[in-house]
Amino acid sequence: MGYEAVIGLEIHAQLQTRTKLFCACPATFGAEPNTLTCPVCLGLPGALPVLNRRAVEFAIRAAGALGCTVHRESAFDRKSYFYPDLPKGYQITQYTRPLATGGGIETDMPDGVRSVPIRRIHIEEDAGRTVRGPAADRVLLDFNRAGTPLAEIVTEPAISSPAEAVACLKALRQILMYLEVCNGNMEEGSLRCEANVSVRPLGSTEHRPRTEIKNLNSFRFVERAMRIEIDRQVAVYEAGGAIEPRTMCYDENADSVRPTRPKEEAHDYRYVPEPDLQPLRLSDERIAEVAAEQPELPRARRARFETQYGLPRSAAEVLTAERPLADYFEDCVKLWLDPHAVAGWVMTDLLGGLGRDKVPVASCPVTPNNLVSLLKLIHKGEISHAMAREIFAEMYRSGSDAPTIVHEKGLAQVSDAAELRAVVEGIVDANPAQFDKYLAGNEKIIDFFMGELMKATMGRANPAVALEIIKRKLKK
Amino acid sequence: MSLYGIKKAVLSREISCVEAADAFLRRIDALNPEIGAYLTVTRAQALDAARRSDDRIGAGRRDEIGHLEGIPIALKDNIATDGVRTTCASRMLDGYVPPYDATVVSMLKQAGAVLLGKLNMDEFSMGSSNFFSAFGPCRNPWDLSRTPGGSSGGPAAAVAARMAAGSLGTDTGGSVRQPASFCGVVGLRPTYGRVSRFGLIAFASSLDQIGPVARDVRDCAILLDAVAGYDPRDSTSMPTPVPDYLHSLGENPAGLRIGLPREYLDGGCDPEVAGAVRKAVETFAGLGCRVEEVSLPHHKHCVATYYLLASAEASTNLARYDGVRFGFRAPKTADFSEMYTRSRTEAFGPEVKRRIMLGTHTLSAGYRDEWYLKAQKVRTLIAREFAAAFRSVDLIAGPTSPAAAWRLADRTDDPLAMYLSDACTVPASLAGLPGISVPCGFTRDGLPIGLQLAGRQFDEETVFRAAFAYEQTARWNMTPPSLGHSTTKSAE
Ligand SMILES: [Zn+2]
Repeated sequence: MGYEAVIGLEIHAQLQTRTKLFCACPATFGAEPNTLTCPVCLGLPGALPVLNRRAVEFAIRAAGALGCTVHRESAFDRKSYFYPDLPKGYQITQYTRPLATGGGIETDMPDGVRSVPIRRIHIEEDAGRTVRGPAADRVLLDFNRAGTPLAEIVTEPAISSPAEAVACLKALRQILMYLEVCNGNMEEGSLRCEANVSVRPLGSTEHRPRTEIKNLNSFRFVERAMRIEIDRQVAVYEAGGAIEPRTMCYDENADSVRPTRPKEEAHDYRYVPEPDLQPLRLSDERIAEVAAEQPELPRARRARFETQYGLPRSAAEVLTAERPLADYFEDCVKLWLDPHAVAGWVMTDLLGGLGRDKVPVASCPVTPNNLVSLLKLIHKGEISHAMAREIFAEMYRSGSDAPTIVHEKGLAQVSDAAELRAVVEGIVDANPAQFDKYLAGNEKIIDFFMGELMKATMGRANPAVALEIIKRKLKK
Repeated sequence: MSLYGIKKAVLSREISCVEAADAFLRRIDALNPEIGAYLTVTRAQALDAARRSDDRIGAGRRDEIGHLEGIPIALKDNIATDGVRTTCASRMLDGYVPPYDATVVSMLKQAGAVLLGKLNMDEFSMGSSNFFSAFGPCRNPWDLSRTPGGSSGGPAAAVAARMAAGSLGTDTGGSVRQPASFCGVVGLRPTYGRVSRFGLIAFASSLDQIGPVARDVRDCAILLDAVAGYDPRDSTSMPTPVPDYLHSLGENPAGLRIGLPREYLDGGCDPEVAGAVRKAVETFAGLGCRVEEVSLPHHKHCVATYYLLASAEASTNLARYDGVRFGFRAPKTADFSEMYTRSRTEAFGPEVKRRIMLGTHTLSAGYRDEWYLKAQKVRTLIAREFAAAFRSVDLIAGPTSPAAAWRLADRTDDPLAMYLSDACTVPASLAGLPGISVPCGFTRDGLPIGLQLAGRQFDEETVFRAAFAYEQTARWNMTPPSLGHSTTKSAE
């Protein structure tokens, strides 16, 4: 029998606000443990939360970009469970009345575009981190992350393959990064994914028990874990067994999906309205204001790159993959109206360097102005393409512009006829045998003289001018 | 001497602030061993603060002298004080020292108050008798065999026994008003949102309010003046402007309409208490107020509604006491689960456990809709009922407690009887209204009886005005009999 998977995603996106969701502590990754804490995020007795308006704005921005309906009134709830890294014994989240509902994630699949429907988006606080200590009987806790704002985006269980899930997650990540609400870093946990998975006979519409998979902190893990879990469920059904709804965890080292300990499961979260916070009320104007500030989204920008700059789809896709890269490209094109030339340099030399050094576009050492200064020199014929690549490498290293490097290294192309003529005369005089061959009718011998000339000028000779001079000299 | 009297005396340099603080500290030394109002006395800090107050008053720069300059005040031990242990009268927080001041504490310090120490209470404010303090009960200065009321028993007893010029308690379902009534002092529960809760260790967040306890209405108004106002650190505090409460006292109460709900004096009320309240209401009529009977038919649901909602919130508020970051942690536990269970089992007292269990149950799957959500709806109905009543009256009068102070150990084995004693105070709590308790006479045993006046939201002015007028007219002598010579002590 054939089976199909039914997958829903729950994505936690850390909102990159300056401060935490309910206090003024910096929301920064990588600080010394427990240095970014205060009575509020440590859950000390008597401390009260105050909502970070910026986090709300970020979440509205995301909801707007995903076509969700942002509600004029939403509310916060307490979700109770005990875990040492959860300071208050409850997490402040939105349960009964989320910030936004509806909308979808436009996902490119080989057979076309699909919109994966969104069930809800809500705001909640992150927990701290539990770290196994050096001593086996000790657990260490770091509360720096406690209270960091998260947007939880929950899709409907409407995804039918691991590949689609990954494409959907990638599309969502790209949008969130474009909106500058989340840095998308899955390794650091800025973007975390959980999936619920069930399988059913192909063509059926029944709802079968599903399992939840946690710890999917890379695209590869998402795909692997789902693949394994789908295969497992199919095998169970094929053997006449039944699937128990439970929580599973992907173990990247063993490349396996295992149930979490049963103890950590059976949760009754005992949701209760958060009495320390007023309901979140948003005026239509405020919602509209945030929507108006929205940047052009990746899909729209890609389409525009194709039409406006006449770029092929593949190039447009590469150039719009990240907003800073697309901005970089357009900054260059504004300065130098040759999108194809710019695209070529950006996609090969620039992305090559950045990829090699793992440097984000935002801290790219070659400014648009500098890249364009190089294109100008090429256009004027002052440097050869080979030299241009060398100059680019130097620009990338030093951050200087092209003319400065050309000047400092004496790399300018030699187009001066008198200078070249003197060199050519010397070469011809030194190679009488080759000259005789030319006289005997061997036209190809010109290439030999050209090669000698380039050697003598260290490649700086302007090829067109040089050729003309060689021909003239040989004819004499 | 009243707080107002001390204020005048120190400002005119009749007595120094250090003398005032010292007098109270000596009184605490003498009486506290018997009464048990204080859990912590901050003698050195108090004398330091008093010295600084003396310096400011001595320098005579008016803008540097606060409204409570040099006045010795004490705080219920659920209000966080930077560097001073704050226990909520629980073993769970024995030795816990907060790293920050509650907003009201900052405001008191800003106003120049001299903080004498931290006051006894029922553990985590759960109780109406102060019996449920992990550090021993507080006793009623009028009769040491009796309860001072609760949960703010310490604040009421300290003021009644003149161990503080005034104090701050907290009121969730009556925890300021009922002890004030039992101890013959004045206690106000302000409108929810009037005083910042930042730094108030939560029992039931949607009901908790910090309120002043003092010898008379004027002292209460002075204290509220010092701590009322919007606080950006408390999202539930309100930006409603704060009037000058002291000023509102002098206004003539004639013409005020006072409602007496027929449900308040029905069955459950002690006849002596009912009689005293009726007489007090007659006094208002004599002052030119219009007294009329009103009806609050949902009254009978108030206690159940209150205990469901308060316990539900408490069960989540007290989840943070897990032994991880502060407070008590049971030694030598094998895993997290055992650490939580043992820490909480060993450090919480019986009443706290009872309410956590009740609250947890109320919020559990399958019960949440039937209990918690239904109680929420009833709360809305109760608030509406009050709003409707306040269309025809300005104040609602009644007994603060259906009976005067009971013997300390009574009702501790019968939680339901204790819960029902809150019947008159929980309605205003549920509706978020301000309510005051003023002394309105004595029982035959010589125990104080309290009159409660509840007002419209953010209308503490009318509450104060009426209470002050009554107090000035009735002129009860509220000095407790010589302390330490309780005739009924042997009856314990
Ligand atoms: Zn913090």
